[in-house]
Amino acid sequence: MAAVESTPSRILNKVAIFIVLILTVIYLIPLYWIGSTAFKPRAAATTVPPTVFYKPEVTPFVKLLTKRVQLRKAVSEEKYEQAKWYEKLVYDAGERIITSSPFLNRFWNSIIIACVSTFLALTLGTFTAYGFSRFKVKGENDWLFFILSTRMLPPVVVAIPIFLMFRHIGLVDTHLGLILLYTALNLSFCVWLMKGFIDEIPIEYEEAALVDGYTRFEAFWKIVLPQSATGIAATAVFSFITAWNEYAFALMMTNRKAQTAPPFIPSQLGSGMIDWTTIAAGTFIFLFPVAIFTFLLRKHLLRGVTFGAIRK
Amino acid sequence: MTATAATVRRGLSDLAIRNMFVVPTIVFLILINIFPLFYSLILSFADYSAVSGRPPNWIGIQNYRELLRDPHVWESLYITLKYVIISVSGQLVVGFGVALLLNRSIPGKGTITTLLLLPMMMSMAIVGLFWKLLYSPSWGIINYLLGLQNFVWISNADVALLAIAITDIWMWSPFVMLLSLAGLSAIPKHLYEAAAIDRASRWFTFRRITLPLVTPLLLIAVIFRTMEAFKTFDLAFIMTGGGPGTATELIAIKLYNMAFPQWQTGKSCALAYILLIMIIGISNIYIKYLNKAKER
Repeated sequence: MAAVESTPSRILNKVAIFIVLILTVIYLIPLYWIGSTAFKPRAAATTVPPTVFYKPEVTPFVKLLTKRVQLRKAVSEEKYEQAKWYEKLVYDAGERIITSSPFLNRFWNSIIIACVSTFLALTLGTFTAYGFSRFKVKGENDWLFFILSTRMLPPVVVAIPIFLMFRHIGLVDTHLGLILLYTALNLSFCVWLMKGFIDEIPIEYEEAALVDGYTRFEAFWKIVLPQSATGIAATAVFSFITAWNEYAFALMMTNRKAQTAPPFIPSQLGSGMIDWTTIAAGTFIFLFPVAIFTFLLRKHLLRGVTFGAIRK
Repeated sequence: MTATAATVRRGLSDLAIRNMFVVPTIVFLILINIFPLFYSLILSFADYSAVSGRPPNWIGIQNYRELLRDPHVWESLYITLKYVIISVSGQLVVGFGVALLLNRSIPGKGTITTLLLLPMMMSMAIVGLFWKLLYSPSWGIINYLLGLQNFVWISNADVALLAIAITDIWMWSPFVMLLSLAGLSAIPKHLYEAAAIDRASRWFTFRRITLPLVTPLLLIAVIFRTMEAFKTFDLAFIMTGGGPGTATELIAIKLYNMAFPQWQTGKSCALAYILLIMIIGISNIYIKYLNKAKER
């Protein structure tokens, strides 16, 4: 290409790169803003014009993890001296800690439910993907089609009968209830993605192993699984993110005990002592793992969002 | 397989293994997804509220008849259609545009691409929540950067839908970009070289080489986003809850309101079925195109 490139096209290239850089910066402003709000003093979060430079503090995170009341009068110097560092931060903001907030519990729910459902979906999904990849299944395409189409169902549509059934068998607001739903949600995804990965492993390895006297299951366990380790890891991370982010089912099926972070964080808006810096702190903690995972997954993103259909 | 057929097999037969591997998944999906749908199909023919304690009163297709005659349902579908058109066309323009710009050697291209892809990996609900902060009329960063003083976005019936669509465009343009980039980078370089030798104009090259070769992947992106936009619940529910008034009451929110706060269980099951048929229609087209892309 270099030989045929002319001067105007080189300039055009420079301009394009420049525009890309500008656009990227604009694109990241919302994310930067939420991150920076999480470290602002309360008063600095809602100023006009917006505060860009400030002394970062962790008070929003302390507030996120605690329930507080307004101080009626200033604390005595002696009491202030004895207070722990986080208590001092809250005193400085004119408040007093009464107890811990439910945030940690909701966060923990999110972790448990996402991990268990990912594990279940991935296990079932990998077996099924192997089955579809290596054996003749009558009406294979129709079954795969059916499996993927379950993922396309709008949560609100499925939620109405499921809510009634869950209420009947006592699964409303339980970890198990959400785990079952998220397993179903991720299962179709795992089957499609893992089938793509397993299809890429040459069948000759297993055939050689079978000739050597491995059983079919051993061949799957000792040859195919290790070969698809990258695929399994990528699929696991994708499934985890899906379950981690899910909102609609969590909103309708849980209210307290098994509630996850996505419905909890917004519910803090307008509940008295919570302000935007605290919401931003919750959002920051919630989004941070997703950002890390996105970077880990960057080579597989295209595959993931197209259910393994497009590999590049 | 011929090599294995001759050997004496230990362990389970292939058929048993296959069934053991495939059947649990299918049974599980039928139990969690299909069985409930049968249940709601039955309830859709009843006048029934799940909180009243009264048994369902079977009324045939009256729920469907009422829904199809209800101007609010049509209004809601109209709002949804508007939303789908604004947000998908926005994503197509921004996503494909950025992909065209990115499709060259740029220092740090991988990192830039990944940074741009961050929004689409995030929770719709949480994104909606913090865009509410950005949209704040008096101290929001959006009004500040655009130089609009005290312009009301979220609680303004005229622009609330647009505000949600803009957030959706921010979040999902990267998806279109990702697929477009895959399509663009798969175009053989020699086609462009041949065009350059023939002194073809830029526009001609774009229209006759780039566009036709990217279209299959663009189509997949557009169909998928159309389906997702049609189903939108999280983003709009968090940002506006359907308001102000019914200005942003997308069909999924209408359904939620009917099913949960209002507890019109029978009627909402009927509406869910109407929605389901539309979604199955779009998703069939989508999976068909996906399979076509796979065969390439």
